[in-house]
Amino acid sequence: MAIAKKALVWGLFAAGGTVSSFLFPFLIALFLLVALGATPEGLQYETIRGFASSWLGKLTVFGVLFLSLWHAAHRLRVVCHDFGIRADGAVAVIVYSLATVGTLLAAWYLLAIS
Amino acid sequence: MSTRQLELEILRYDPEKDEAPYFQNYSVPCQDDWAILDAVNYVKENLDTTLAYRWSCHMMVCGSCGMMINGDPKLTCKTFVRDLPDKVRIEPLENFPIERDLVVVLDDVIEKLQRVKPYIIRKDPAPENEEFNQPRSALMKFKQYTMCINCMCCYSACPQYGLNPDFIGPAALALAHRYNIDSRDQGKSERLDILADHDGVWDCSFVGACSEVCPKSVDPAAALQQMKVDGTMEWWKRKMGFPGGDS
Repeated sequence: MAIAKKALVWGLFAAGGTVSSFLFPFLIALFLLVALGATPEGLQYETIRGFASSWLGKLTVFGVLFLSLWHAAHRLRVVCHDFGIRADGAVAVIVYSLATVGTLLAAWYLLAIS
Repeated sequence: MSTRQLELEILRYDPEKDEAPYFQNYSVPCQDDWAILDAVNYVKENLDTTLAYRWSCHMMVCGSCGMMINGDPKLTCKTFVRDLPDKVRIEPLENFPIERDLVVVLDDVIEKLQRVKPYIIRKDPAPENEEFNQPRSALMKFKQYTMCINCMCCYSACPQYGLNPDFIGPAALALAHRYNIDSRDQGKSERLDILADHDGVWDCSFVGACSEVCPKSVDPAAALQQMKVDGTMEWWKRKMGFPGGDS
């Protein structure tokens, strides 16, 4: 017996859950503010772009996206299980593949910002 | 003291005689202060001596009178007639095979309780000829988990155990956690090989029903989540070549 590999995905799920539960309410509130035309000074396009062009900014944004994607993937896997979809292997491949694609795209786009 | 007529709908099943379980009705004159166990005892003593069920202490200590009361896993000695409607359905604990009537086969859980090594494991020798002192704060960390009376209500409430009987399940995992976080214990790493294996903590999807139904207010769901963190940390430690961490 040994510790199952599920520890790896659960670790990402837990870390992503912590990040997204703290950050996403703020992000939603900020989205609403921007949508209503009340963009705060610090959230102007140029400022955000400037932030994402520094390495620290890239790393921060990537960390949030990466963890949130893997959190969502694992959450979807568990939801499928709870909804009675018993093809756990296939579900795992699909959701984790999507998370991988999302992770790569996030890295790609962030690296493209200069 | 006033009495109330209660209609009990009790599941009956004798695997040697009956093809399938069926319900039998009994009308029981209940006193106001009766627990539902008193009503079942009334049936046994006055109406039908063939009814099989388990009970012993009648005071929430022995953990043997767990049954499904109107669909919820409960100790019958802790569930009072005054809190129930006039019609009460009593069934054996869900997710377990029926031995007879309201008695279920608990062999699976008994095996799991032993499998998780629920005892203090030492690598260094324990102090000899003196007390093994423990600060109160260390005791408070795990004390709630010692309150479990193995009534198995949590296993009946757990949807994951219902789906996958190999899942070690709430009570056994909570008991293992009780030793993992005991300051005198040094067997956490050894235990995690069992607890964080495929049929261990990962099957839990944190529904939390185990903690809701526990008649002793133990919180197995919390224990399981903490063990997932422990399992993950241990997994990384081993991958990175650190020796297993024992608290």
